[in-house]
Amino acid sequence: MKIVVCVKQVPDTAEVRINPETNTLIRDGVESIINPYDMHAIEAGLQIREKTGGKVTVLTMGPPQAENALREAISMGVDDAVLLTDRSFAGSDTWATAYALSKAIEHLGADVILCGKQAIDGDTAQVGPEIAEFLDIPHIAYIRKIEDVKEGRIVVQRLMDEGYDLMESSLPVLLTVVRELNVPRMPSLKGKMAAKKAGIKKLTAADIGAEESKLGLRGSPTQVRNIFAPEAKRDRKIIDGTNEEIIDALVKELTGLKCL
Amino acid sequence: MDYLLTEEQIMIRDLARQIAEEKIVPVRAELDETGTFPHDIMKTLAQSDLFGLFIPEEYGGLGKGCLELAIAVEELSRACLGVSTTYAANALGTYPLLLFGSDEQKKRYLPDIAAGKKLVAFGLTEANAGSDAGGIQTTARLEGNEYVINGTKQWITNGGEAGIYTIIGITDRSKGPRGASAFVVEKGTPGFSFGKKENKMGIRASATTELIFDNCRVPKENIIGKEGMGFVVAMKTLDNSRTGVGSQGVGVAQGAFEEAVKFARQRVQFGHPVITFQAVQHMLADMGTSIEAARALVYAVSRFIDAGAKDVSKESAMAKVFATDVAMRVTTDAVQVMGGSGYMKEYPVEKMMRDAKILQIYEGTNQIQRNVIGQALIKEAAKANK
Ligand SMILES: Cc1cc2nc3c(=O)[nH]c(=O)nc-3n(C[C@H](O)[C@H](O)[C@H](O)COP(=O)(O)OP(=O)(O)OC[C@H]3O[C@@H](n4cnc5c(N)ncnc54)[C@H](O)[C@@H]3O)c2cc1C
Ligand SMILES: Cc1cc2nc3c(=O)[nH]c(=O)nc-3n(C[C@H](O)[C@H](O)[C@H](O)COP(=O)(O)OP(=O)(O)OC[C@H]3O[C@@H](n4cnc5c(N)ncnc54)[C@H](O)[C@@H]3O)c2cc1C
Repeated sequence: MKIVVCVKQVPDTAEVRINPETNTLIRDGVESIINPYDMHAIEAGLQIREKTGGKVTVLTMGPPQAENALREAISMGVDDAVLLTDRSFAGSDTWATAYALSKAIEHLGADVILCGKQAIDGDTAQVGPEIAEFLDIPHIAYIRKIEDVKEGRIVVQRLMDEGYDLMESSLPVLLTVVRELNVPRMPSLKGKMAAKKAGIKKLTAADIGAEESKLGLRGSPTQVRNIFAPEAKRDRKIIDGTNEEIIDALVKELTGLKCL
Repeated sequence: MDYLLTEEQIMIRDLARQIAEEKIVPVRAELDETGTFPHDIMKTLAQSDLFGLFIPEEYGGLGKGCLELAIAVEELSRACLGVSTTYAANALGTYPLLLFGSDEQKKRYLPDIAAGKKLVAFGLTEANAGSDAGGIQTTARLEGNEYVINGTKQWITNGGEAGIYTIIGITDRSKGPRGASAFVVEKGTPGFSFGKKENKMGIRASATTELIFDNCRVPKENIIGKEGMGFVVAMKTLDNSRTGVGSQGVGVAQGAFEEAVKFARQRVQFGHPVITFQAVQHMLADMGTSIEAARALVYAVSRFIDAGAKDVSKESAMAKVFATDVAMRVTTDAVQVMGGSGYMKEYPVEKMMRDAKILQIYEGTNQIQRNVIGQALIKEAAKANK
């Protein structure tokens, strides 16, 4: 079983402050950590490996200092670490990030791809599912339990507002995970010693055969204009009926709202 | 203070501290209150390779020495002595095998110990043999290819929880102290059972029980070293492990000291934080100074042992007696600095004070340590005057 875990290095938000003028995070002097949800993804990867055998690779896209996140993952027991780093990735939005990660995963090969539910800084929860779309494979988000995994097949519980869905998927599959899934293990001493010495594999845009035009600022369809916490306003309407009726009503609503 | 630790030693310290803060501190009060054995924490320590610290690499360990063990024990003790006693007694029980075990025995037992799959306990003390280990009554009689063990060991740490027991029994009473031998006995051996768990003043997360041997038969090969070497095995074992008790003292004192400083800065009386009163400052100054002195001694003796020193009885006794007396005084003073709050279970220092007391008692009381030091001084003086 080939398992790839996507991890993002994020500022430790326990310490992070917001610049009130620009509404952006003040990252100076704030320690970086592995996105907490991704710790659960790493643990899940290790547990799958313990069950099925195989190899766990952690993958991150980021600047050279993201290497620290990879070393931490090695100290927990993952086999391999890959840093996807290239000047041309700078300024990527979630679409461009997911494109680059998906090309890297294609390059590495994977049966199970694990992501956190969301990153605690960007918070979009888009990257995981977008990677799956680029790879044209199924994805299941918000996994709270892996019931069974074997060659070609996986059964998981997906967390819902009330209860959970029991889902089965073919492999390869991409899963995004929530905290309830497991308790991430502590690093081990042998792992820490290995992490100190481990060679981190570096991949560039050229290595993964990514198209320049889809990368970085240029490849990003979205631009950040302002970051703010939206007003909690819950206008909602529940549409009932047969599928056809619902679709018709929905199209009418959305057209009325000038969304279509 | 900087003790010029190696990068690896710092790694060990940081990992033990991380486990202590994330896994032990949040549950220590409950473990203490309910007297619950810390199975989950032992699992974490095993996963983190900490049980393999002092086991040679050829048996799956990390091949480190007394100093590395002292560093790990100190960090665990800073959080909870009950947990660190469980961990340190495991090392105590392993030393007979490490120091005197045959290749066969090492191959059979050390890998499981290094992986934390099996805990170890050391059984010397009996109802009538505490400080006077020579008074043990447990016997081991050779019958064909087996030793038949009879007797009861008392107050054995990790009793019932450990899978492996190293014990001392009499093989030939006519030979006096040279008539004792060490054995390894596995849990589950017919005729080997456990008495009730003791209800203790402190280190309540650790398990302390009787070991009951009733015609318990073990293969002849389970003897550690040779017949008659029992007390040599026990004394060398204690020489090596005493620095570990010293580091328990350093750790619990450090934990209590930090609590006291934090509290004294926050608690306001007469319009000022109590730390601004000189009487309080002087107590804290003495606490901090004695902890640093204890740590320096424990590290120095550990390095001395790791360098291959032959006779370390005096030095390891000094490290144990000094650091554990410091622990008792510092934890008591931490309660004093914190006043009534220190006496309450809302704060951890009352537990630390209760816990610290054991350090002056087990692995040889501090009176016995002073006897050991005194005897060494006499021997040294006699040698110098020859
Ligand atoms: C509109 C927009 C514009 C942006 N513009 C810029 C910009 O100009 N410059 C800039 O530096 N950033 C920019 N960002 C931020 C950056 O694109 C995102 O931080 C990144 O795409 C991840 O998104 P997220 O933090 O929301 O992660 P989520 O989608 O919430 O993360 C989910 C999971 O995806 C995986 N994942 C996410 N990111 C990575 C990664 N880098 N490596 C490996 N795995 C990962 C992890 O498993 C994570 O748990 C922009 C973001 C947005 C939304
Ligand atoms: C919680 C706990 C855990 C333990 N774990 C273990 C274990 O894992 N394995 C094990 O083998 N044992 C263990 N012990 C036993 C421990 O090592 C003994 O309690 C200790 O050696 C003291 O023996 P004693 O209690 O019989 O005291 P005693 O020997 O009865 O001593 C009573 C008092 O007399 C003093 N005294 C005795 N003889 C002298 C002397 N010659 N000179 C001066 N003063 C003297 C002592 O210092 C003490 O103050 C444990 C004990 C406890 C309480």
